[in-house]
Amino acid sequence: MIDVAEAVRNRMPAVTALAEKISVRGLHFYYGKNHVLRGLDVPLYAKRVTAFIGPSGCGKSTLLRTLNRIYDLYPNQRAEGEIIMDGKNILAPEEDVTLLRARVGMVFQKPTPFPMSVYENVAFAIRLYERLPRAELDVRVEQALRRAALWDEVRDKLGVSGMSLSGGQQQRLCIARTVAVRPEVILLDEPCSALDPISTAKIEELICELSSAYTIVLVTHNMQQAARVSDFTAFMYLGELIEFDRTSTMFTAPRDRRTMDYITGRFG
Amino acid sequence: MKRYRARRRRNAVAVSVCAGATLLGLGWVILILLALLREGRSGMSLAVFTEMTPPPGAAGGLLNAIVGSLMMTALAVALGTPLGIAAATYLAEYGRHGRLRHVVRFFNDILLSAPSIVIGLFIYEILVAPLGHFSGYAGACALALIVVPVVVRTTEDMLLLVPDPLREAAAALGLPRAAVITRIAYRAAGTGMLTGVLLAIARISGETAPLLFTALNNQFISVDMGSPMASLPAVIFQFALSPYKEWQALAWTGALIITLAVLALNVTTRTIASARSRK
Repeated sequence: MIDVAEAVRNRMPAVTALAEKISVRGLHFYYGKNHVLRGLDVPLYAKRVTAFIGPSGCGKSTLLRTLNRIYDLYPNQRAEGEIIMDGKNILAPEEDVTLLRARVGMVFQKPTPFPMSVYENVAFAIRLYERLPRAELDVRVEQALRRAALWDEVRDKLGVSGMSLSGGQQQRLCIARTVAVRPEVILLDEPCSALDPISTAKIEELICELSSAYTIVLVTHNMQQAARVSDFTAFMYLGELIEFDRTSTMFTAPRDRRTMDYITGRFG
Repeated sequence: MKRYRARRRRNAVAVSVCAGATLLGLGWVILILLALLREGRSGMSLAVFTEMTPPPGAAGGLLNAIVGSLMMTALAVALGTPLGIAAATYLAEYGRHGRLRHVVRFFNDILLSAPSIVIGLFIYEILVAPLGHFSGYAGACALALIVVPVVVRTTEDMLLLVPDPLREAAAALGLPRAAVITRIAYRAAGTGMLTGVLLAIARISGETAPLLFTALNNQFISVDMGSPMASLPAVIFQFALSPYKEWQALAWTGALIITLAVLALNVTTRTIASARSRK
């Protein structure tokens, strides 16, 4: 297939000036014998939001799961190709996945608070990497919760179980937990699909704010969401990257007929 | 309308059959409790907890049996629980995708349903016969063998109920496999695992057959687990079959004590479980 990303780089000098945090090159992915990513090439730019859109089953979540190698948990899942992050191939067998996951945080579709208090959910993550005196830990927990726009809602109930929060609050707690360990990249796998519109708006605002400090990769079913929060959009279909462009260009002047059909709601 | 009425009638019949079955099941439990209370209550006195089992015709208590039961149960749980949790952890976490899991599960189910007298005989063969004497240790081992499959089963089931996204979320923070299990999965499954252990205790506290071949019995109080040891079920078995009135009364009291203890254990489990789930 033609290298879409390469084409974009050549066509748009402004894009070339951006730093590529992660370059996915020739990525194939298999669930057992099921071949779901078929040679993917895509750049993920530093401190930008890249959104992946496409119909269900197109492989966008799968791509996300390769970026922190979370698929490693399952023995029958396998990736081939290269994912170069800061000059190193993270798919290489010698890559330390624990350290990788400290650098590449992930927020899941359904909120996944740990069965412990709000405070502990965040402190737990920090303590994995740093030994801090209590007062400093308190500060870091507060920072993370503020960052996730949750502090004002939970400041008086840091001791209650994380599971007792509302869905939107739980999701922001998960974001707080993720940013607390100071990753470089944040992966968001349809983070709003289980949330109401108000919570969704809060999280979208949050994504925009976070993009000043983190490289963000967002998988979403919601095209308006991609249009609202992302700098770049990638359209995937049947395990292939069909189109990759600046979000503004993609949504106004898509080059591929399939992209056009998808974003205008004619299929998917 | 006719069909609707017929449906209503069938529903009424089904509901009353179900209610009847429930009452029948509950009825026996209540009858057992009432019988135990009627026969055992008169014997309940301080002496039961402070005096040893008496010779025929004399007064006494059940102290040696209570102490023996407590010690052997405690040791059995201490031996069986870590083993059971470790095995269940393998089944639910590390071995989840392997073939060995099915084999281990199958044999665990056999052990779970093995008649307890067979377990008693087994321990007799490998511990009592070679060592030449009955002992509290042998009794505890037999009970531990009953604890293991119960704990394996409940712990595995509880761990399998922990949603995968929670494990993924923990791994995505950079937790190594072992920490995902001990710090997240165990915590999420904690209440259920505790329930499993308490169920196992309830199960072994009434076991008689495995103790008859291993710990035997002891007329006197003994805290030496290397020698034969009394236990409530064994004493009940012996005294209930005896022709002596005092012994029969003590057997009833012993049965009441076990039942109340198990009941208290169950209530505690429920309370803990509901308190945790509310939190």
